[in-house]
Amino acid sequence: MSEIKTSAPPRGFSDRSLVQLTLVRFREFTRQPEAVFWTFVFPILLAIGLGLAFRSRAPERPRIGILTVDASAAKVLNSLKADSSLTVRSFSTDTAAQHALRTAKIALLVVPDAAGGVKYVFDSQRSESATARLIADRAIQAGGGRTDPIGVSEQKVTERGARYIDFVIPGLLGMNLMGSGIWGLGFAIVDSRSKRLLKRFMATPMSRAEFLMSFLLSRMFFLILEVVTLLGFGVLAFKVPMRGSLVELALICTLSALAFGGLGLLIASRAKTVEGVSGLMNFVMLPMWILSGVFFSSSNFPNAVQPLIRILPLTAVNDALRLNMLEGATLSGVSSQLLIITAWLIASFVAALKLFRWR
Amino acid sequence: MVTTFSALLVKGLRKSYDDVVAVDGLDLDMKVGECFGLIGPNGAGKTTTIEICEGLVERDSGQLEVLGMTWEKDADRLREKLGIQLQDTQLSEKLTVAETLRLFRSFYVVGRDIDDVIDSVELREKRDARVGTLSGGQKQRLAIACALVGDPELLFLDEPTTGLDPQSRRQLWALIGNFKANGRSILLTTHYMDEAEKLCDRVAIADHGHVIALGTPLELIQSLGATLPEPPPRVSSHTLEDVFVALTGRTLRDE
Repeated sequence: MSEIKTSAPPRGFSDRSLVQLTLVRFREFTRQPEAVFWTFVFPILLAIGLGLAFRSRAPERPRIGILTVDASAAKVLNSLKADSSLTVRSFSTDTAAQHALRTAKIALLVVPDAAGGVKYVFDSQRSESATARLIADRAIQAGGGRTDPIGVSEQKVTERGARYIDFVIPGLLGMNLMGSGIWGLGFAIVDSRSKRLLKRFMATPMSRAEFLMSFLLSRMFFLILEVVTLLGFGVLAFKVPMRGSLVELALICTLSALAFGGLGLLIASRAKTVEGVSGLMNFVMLPMWILSGVFFSSSNFPNAVQPLIRILPLTAVNDALRLNMLEGATLSGVSSQLLIITAWLIASFVAALKLFRWR
Repeated sequence: MVTTFSALLVKGLRKSYDDVVAVDGLDLDMKVGECFGLIGPNGAGKTTTIEICEGLVERDSGQLEVLGMTWEKDADRLREKLGIQLQDTQLSEKLTVAETLRLFRSFYVVGRDIDDVIDSVELREKRDARVGTLSGGQKQRLAIACALVGDPELLFLDEPTTGLDPQSRRQLWALIGNFKANGRSILLTTHYMDEAEKLCDRVAIADHGHVIALGTPLELIQSLGATLPEPPPRVSSHTLEDVFVALTGRTLRDE
């Protein structure tokens, strides 16, 4: 056996199987450009898109139409024009006015009559029209000589933290934590299983615990990158507030990433094909994208389903992130969310390790 | 080195899946230092047998000793000493040859230097190439390199040359010859009778889950030669393939 060179311990740090397994996770991820795009670039593109679409701006001025057939219309028109918060268009024929109303070119049609009164024509189901009716009425009554009995003064504020972008950045972060955790573990594990690579590993002395640990370690590393890129972008580009403790935010993110990693492991525990696991992952993630308050508040859903929505992991994660970032809540302020996340973490890992099939 | 144990000792091995009996009372006794061929038509139970010996599949009943040890008592020690190539493993396409071998090397306490193994399977030029860019023969050599990197005492090769061109096959034969020359043992399954004839010290022909003939390739040819039809004039003598077909019949076996 003289020609075979064997080596035995002591060996370097990088020769340890946990290090090698973790390096494999890095290499497989970074050598897949599409994975890098979906994990790092896509959330930022989404944030830019949403930030631009829902940027703060002056509320739109209601568009009012007025029918100028009757002679009394001139006075009403002047009253309306005197109010700077309205846009006024006059129509000389009823047909043209009705058409504008039907096609939503105007929100409200004012029809003055010979007796000096006015008629408001509008769709009471449209909130824009209801607002227009109130403002137009105020302008016309004021023009007619009504005085307000109570003096009013206004102070206008723009509160950072109350804008849509402030709402959506923590939501995108939560969604990203869920996506990378579930995809990152679920896809890679089922891919290895379907290629019989898991089975091949089982025939070596590889430690099964180290194999699973390597997924969590690489997740923790990419987690830092994901959180820093998305939040860094939010803070720099949109001045999204970070009112809570950063250490506590890091803790929330870590706990969330582990919980979603556990869910990924659970989803991947039996699936034999990549197609099968993709369906399962979408089945788990899609309801949470909608229900858990990523893009809009989950309080929009009926009260009856609220308890169900509250215990979804992504709802807890999003709520905890928002409480920390926007309201500066401490850990005790997000304790109920942390409890839900921890429960998911433990339950999914216990179930996953019980169900997991290596072949 | 005097060994008192067999490389592989199998007695009355049985394994059923749902309604199919895959292995039905199979016996094998393979000596240390032997290259042993397990041949048989599709569905004869070869792969199930080999995977039971590798500790990947649990047997229903029967006795099994690998290198004098049992899976029940010595699983961790056994995994250190076995080299395994499975029929259908796809190694990660994103990793390079060297990275793949380094990963496999990291699983073993004692093993070979990866560059030494890369040289022995003649993949030096592809050392830093991604697995996805390798040809079928190169991938198969890498799979065998992964089996060799833990410096195994017993090597399991399940149809290692299926689908390879003649050059790649001969390269693999040389590799197997080298391994054997170092006093190590090999259990090989194959559908190529010339391969079994060339590489194996002894051959067991299995069908319907048990061994129906056992001996050196020459013994098998001689013992059955008399009963075989005359070889075609072009061929000088019977081959193992004639024996195989005579024993297992001409009916096609589709998996």
